[in-house]
Amino acid sequence: MTASNDLQRNTKKHFRLSPAARAFLALALVLLLGFVFNAHGAFFKLGTHRDALRQSSVYGILACGMTLVIISGGIDLAVGSVVALVAVCSALMAIHWNWSPWIVVPLSLLIGATCGAVSGGITALLRVQPFIATLAMMVFARGLAKHVSGGTKISTAIEQADKTYRYAELPKWFRAIDSRVLWGQVSVVTVVCAACLLVAFIALARHVWGRQLYAIGANEEAARLSGVPVIPAKIAAYVASGVFAAIAGICQAAQETQGDPEAGAGYELVAIAMVVIGGTSLMGGRGGVCLTLLGVLIIGYLEKILSINAVPEATRLMLTGIIIVVAVVAQRQRSS
Amino acid sequence: MSDFVFPAVAPLVEMTGITKRFGSNVVLQDVSFNVRAGETHILAGENGAGKSTLIKILGGIHTDFEGTIRLQGREIQPRSPLHSNELGIAIIHQELSLIGPMSSADNMFLGRNKATAGWVHNRLQEQEAAKWLTQLGLDIDPRQPVEQFSIAVRQCIEIAKALSQQARVLIMDEPTSALQEPEVERLFQLVEQLKQQGCGIVYITHKMEEISRIADRITVLRDGKLLGTEAASELPASKLIRWMVGRELGEQFPRRDKQIGTPRLEIANFSVFPQGRSAAPTVRNASFTIGAGEIVGVGGLQGSGASDLFLGLFGAYGNRVSGNVKIDGSTVTIHSPRRVIEAGLALLTSDRKATGLVLRRSIVENIVLPSLSKLARKGWRRPAAEQRVAATMAEKLCLRAASLEMPVAELSGGNQQKVAIAKWLETKPRVLLLDEPTRGIDIGAKREIYELMHQLTRQGIALLLITSEMSELLALSDRVIVMHRGRIMADMPGNVATPDSVLAAAMGGHEADNSLFAGNDIQSTNAPDNESCATNEPVGGE
Repeated sequence: MTASNDLQRNTKKHFRLSPAARAFLALALVLLLGFVFNAHGAFFKLGTHRDALRQSSVYGILACGMTLVIISGGIDLAVGSVVALVAVCSALMAIHWNWSPWIVVPLSLLIGATCGAVSGGITALLRVQPFIATLAMMVFARGLAKHVSGGTKISTAIEQADKTYRYAELPKWFRAIDSRVLWGQVSVVTVVCAACLLVAFIALARHVWGRQLYAIGANEEAARLSGVPVIPAKIAAYVASGVFAAIAGICQAAQETQGDPEAGAGYELVAIAMVVIGGTSLMGGRGGVCLTLLGVLIIGYLEKILSINAVPEATRLMLTGIIIVVAVVAQRQRSS
Repeated sequence: MSDFVFPAVAPLVEMTGITKRFGSNVVLQDVSFNVRAGETHILAGENGAGKSTLIKILGGIHTDFEGTIRLQGREIQPRSPLHSNELGIAIIHQELSLIGPMSSADNMFLGRNKATAGWVHNRLQEQEAAKWLTQLGLDIDPRQPVEQFSIAVRQCIEIAKALSQQARVLIMDEPTSALQEPEVERLFQLVEQLKQQGCGIVYITHKMEEISRIADRITVLRDGKLLGTEAASELPASKLIRWMVGRELGEQFPRRDKQIGTPRLEIANFSVFPQGRSAAPTVRNASFTIGAGEIVGVGGLQGSGASDLFLGLFGAYGNRVSGNVKIDGSTVTIHSPRRVIEAGLALLTSDRKATGLVLRRSIVENIVLPSLSKLARKGWRRPAAEQRVAATMAEKLCLRAASLEMPVAELSGGNQQKVAIAKWLETKPRVLLLDEPTRGIDIGAKREIYELMHQLTRQGIALLLITSEMSELLALSDRVIVMHRGRIMADMPGNVATPDSVLAAAMGGHEADNSLFAGNDIQSTNAPDNESCATNEPVGGE
């Protein structure tokens, strides 16, 4: 189990909490905050929790891929732009061209995978720093999204050649993604997010590839000299991140009922914050999906609690910034 | 007679009763050491004797220790390298601590810039830097980035930096290891000059020739204990070596019955091009054969290409190699470590922290890393099997650890090395390349590793060994190959090889005129032991 890998032995002299325990503590603290500032009982309503989870789901999907990449010692700044690119492309295919989801979804995932493969290839093969490689991909994919959409939102209102508008129907499966299941208490996106977390968890904890990512992130040269296929494993991490970004892109398009080329801006930073708050080290080689789940919940609930208390957005952003610093400082390991 | 005058010369630095522990491991025990103004004090001892720990205490790197330090009679507690600098103690490190892209003036005034309200007076700093540099006879532009100078010049800049900080005690840790002959000469002149200025110099070296040239007094440490301090004139080379080594080689190295079988590894015309094929190879046309159960030692000085031979064979340089390599008679295409590992080769790298282990991860993860795919079923890991394998290995190698889930970083050097060996044994290698297997580990763990090597040879594994310790090379090897600038200069049976013959070949076939490995006197005292060890003398008392 990933979490148990991270459990540090508490020595007799220094009592140290494991990163998982600390993240749990932080989450409990956030929930306590909600308990106290419950906005006249709004915090105790099921709908609030459903919304908190729904609103953090797209970020959570991105955080899955981000966890894989960060554990391998890299970073993926391109995911926000890939969300936009895939949102635009899937909206175009599904709404304008009315293609079947059996074609749209695989093609969308392929777009995400390609973006990941390119940025992964640039880092692993050309040895460009991941920050730079994915920054370039971030700019490029944003441009491509704008190019594909012609700079406008891809919505049900379709402009004709004669400047008039025709209104297409929103595909049923788009609506399904934005609906709820389990007696209307859980959003479909949340289910998708949970599935993504599970897949990433199993891959990291039980697949050989996951173990290779940890080794690469902690000491790439030692991993290479131990026979780990460093280049394919690293590229695969970026491909996975691209695929998760594509899933997030489809969800985004379904939720907004349109493909916005401006969508997803800054999402990569939220995803990184979630991973880091969970306790996964930006240095690589340490962390896991369970921690990321806690990170997703911490940030998701924090946002929700601040918003139900009608804290203005300006204050909310400032508070979030402060809390990220506090959480990461608290997470920092003192072992040398 | 002259010794009776010395109370008049109060020591510059006096360390008394210094004890230092790393966990339960005592690395220094009740050591006393002093340096007087105007002397060169040699600190001698084998690797792991505690020399660098003692220096690090004085330099403020290790701050928790028992004992007292007095500087000119006043008790001090160096809290940090910076603090110790302020007190007038400077260490010239083996790995230089200058910042490459910065100029020598900037380096010298780093952290204590001449500035008004934060604005640096560049001109003033450069003048000051130039003053110190010229004093050392160095005519360089203080504005030039230090990375553009040779190592020798950089070392002088470092000394100038120390002097500019008003250092009274200069500690030089193997300062000549990277220097050529004329530069060494200049360094010695500099040492003489510093002595006359009243500095106390602590000089660490393994080279006997240097000791006899510049020593005023010598302090010998062995296994963390002080053996004594003597005036250089009272400590002739033969006695010094007895102090340092302290035991017969026969006791240090276990014996084994060798049984050499069919050829395991055959290489022919093997060359390695780390910089690509257009650049010069670091290993040229190496050819040799190792049999099952044989230990072949590879000797050579720094830059001989021995490590590159290992890395090249192991596929660390990808396909930038040429020649023919056969394991158990079948040709191996060298392409990547992965393929080579599958073919039955394993490499214990010389730097276990940088390239051998994934320090942040657990013992289990490290042990199973090279055999992950083998232990997995269709890519899915089987944690229970991994645990089992790691536990068996740990028991076999007598690994001492609180738990197998513990990060490797928390283990001692010897136990880390056992993890590094364990991970390779798990791949069931046919040929094991050992690059400095006993570097930086204590005597007890060394002995265990020697015994393990013997055990492996009994299983028919061929061992190829690089070691910078001459005694180890001669005592362990059935055959010694000596390399010089990428070429194999000699290939001789272990019982024929002597320090003289190895050194001669390592220096390119000329007669060894000075002592780069250990020294002429070491050779004369050790040679009989090596022979008795390599042949058939029974172990006494057993």
